[in-house]
This record gives sequence, structure tokens and C-alpha cells, in this order.
Amino acid sequence: MKYLKQFCIVMVFSLLGELCRHWIPYPIPASIYGMVLLFGALALKIVRLEQVKDCSGFLAGCLPVLFVAPTVNLMDCWEQLRGSLVPLLLVLLVSTVLVFGVSGRVTQWLVDRKKGEGHD
Amino acid sequence: MTEFVTGSSFFAVALTLVAFALASRLQGRWKLAILNPILLSALAVIGVLKLLDVPNEIYQSGCRMLNFLLTPATICLAVSFYEQFRNLKQHMASLVAGTLAGTVTGIGSIWLLCRVLHLDRGLTLSLLPKSVTTAIGAPLSAEIGGIAAITTAAIIVTGIVGSVIGPACCKLFRLSSPVAQGVAFGTSSHVVGTSRAVQMSQLAGAVSSFALTVAGITTCILLSVLAELV
Repeated sequence: MKYLKQFCIVMVFSLLGELCRHWIPYPIPASIYGMVLLFGALALKIVRLEQVKDCSGFLAGCLPVLFVAPTVNLMDCWEQLRGSLVPLLLVLLVSTVLVFGVSGRVTQWLVDRKKGEGHD
Repeated sequence: MTEFVTGSSFFAVALTLVAFALASRLQGRWKLAILNPILLSALAVIGVLKLLDVPNEIYQSGCRMLNFLLTPATICLAVSFYEQFRNLKQHMASLVAGTLAGTVTGIGSIWLLCRVLHLDRGLTLSLLPKSVTTAIGAPLSAEIGGIAAITTAAIIVTGIVGSVIGPACCKLFRLSSPVAQGVAFGTSSHVVGTSRAVQMSQLAGAVSSFALTVAGITTCILLSVLAELV
């Protein structure tokens, strides 16, 4: 019964997410709205952590396996990809290093600055 | 056999779960990022489908039950996000600022690289959401006109790249603070990078999984406005 109640709450937020997707004219997935709404509900104590904790741990743990079928679709667009594999990999490699460097350096700089202030 | 499989209600889901369980065991044994369970099991499923001569459409319609869970399961990420939010409050400002800078860099650099390398619009839109976790990137790609399958594969490869080069990049960019390391892993290579960050320190792991959600939501907001301009 406990799990059913928790699943019910998750379903309500899924429905709210879908409603937002329907009403707001931006290409943002329903799950993102649902996520932000659930986070808001937790932060405002409308929903308590223990009312969703077990069920959400289970469902979030299932996420990786849910992406197997979408990845299998690669067999349908393989022809489209074959010709551009090298440039594709280049984009992935270069952008990953850049994002790593910029996000890390900005954070490190801010952390160091905060530490410096603490010593004054 | 092909006839039975095509009509079966359980073949697709059972095949997916068994393939994933086996792939997870492989990764558990060797702990190599390259043995990504999603990628390995998808390749195994493709192999089985080819072998039994089952069309992908049949397999996909058999997996509808799994797809149904995608939105609820993604929403559940909010719960761990909330727990980390309470634990990481003291680092919040630098964490969010670093993640935002990284996300903007990611979108900008992917767009620029795709232009320089003459990749078409469909591929560009499929690659733009590739730094964030699959749960956010794949549906976002479909919304903005990309191809979700390509995005999913790009996301996984990005995760593998990030977790392999991450430790060397921490030295290269002189990231000594666990908060900076976590932000770098989470923003650049989402969940797969996070599993590498956890090995560096617990704080880096927690920051990484928080940063990947911030990056995911920011990417959604930015791309929902910018995608039309591509």
C-alpha cells in the first residue's frame, strides 16, 4: 500500500508535467516540468520526503534500462550516421573537454576567492 | 521462431531486461566506462533482432510498457536532487555559476563545431543536448527536432569520454577543489562522469550529480529558445 500511495504521487506529478507541456508553448519535455514541480513541492513541504522516497528511488534506479530501446533505434539511422562518424566523434571529444575545463575552472576560481575572503 | 517472437507480448521487454542485466554484470566485473550497460545491451538487442529477423518496429512496440515509465522515472530524480540541495547549500553559488558557464560553453561549442564540420541541421539538433543526462537529453532532442536515438548514443559516448579523460583534465585545468571537480564531471559527462567523480571523493560525487541536474534544466531552457535559430 505504501508503494502504491507513493506511485500515485509520482503519477500526479507526471500528469501535471504533461499539462504544463500542453499549455506552455515551449519545446520542454513534460518530465522536466514534473521534476521542477516535485522539487518545488518538496522544498515548500507540500510533499514530505518520506512520502515519495522509496518509490522514487526504485523508479529512478530503473532509468538506465529504459534507454535501451531508444538506443536500439540506432539501427534505423545507422546509414545516416555512417558517413559522418569522424566529425561526430570530434564534436563529442572537443566539446566535452571544453565543458569540463570551463565549468571546472569557473567553480575553482569562485571557491578560491571565497576561501581568500575567509582569511581576511 | 520469428513468428512466435513477433506475436509475443513479453519478448521485447524480457530481451531488454536480460540484455541489460548481463551488460551490467560485465561492467561490474571490469569497471570500465567503455563497457556502458545501455550501449552494450542495445548492441546485443540489435544483434538478436537481426539474428531472428525481427523488425525494429515490432521490438519497439513491445517496449511501450518500458517507455511509459520514462516520464515518471525522470520526475523521481527531483527527490535525490532535493536531498543534495539541502546538503550542498554552502557551495550553491559557485556550483551553479560553474555549471551555467559550462552549459553555455557546451551549447556554443557544439553549434560552432557542427557549423565548421558541415554537419546537417538534424545532426546538430541531435548533438546539442548531448552533455546532459539521457533522461533529459533524449526527450529534449525529440522536442526540438533532433533524432532521439542519435542523441542517446552521443550522450553515452560523451559520458564515456568524460569519465576516461576526466582525471587527466582535473590536472590539466588545475582543479584541486572537490566542488570544482564535481561540477566539471557532472556538467560535461552527466551520470557516467558522476560515477567516476564518486571514486575521487564523496563530495565530488554529490556535487557532480547535483550539477548534472542543474545542467539538464538549464540546457532545456536555453535550447527551447535557441533551437529555432539553428
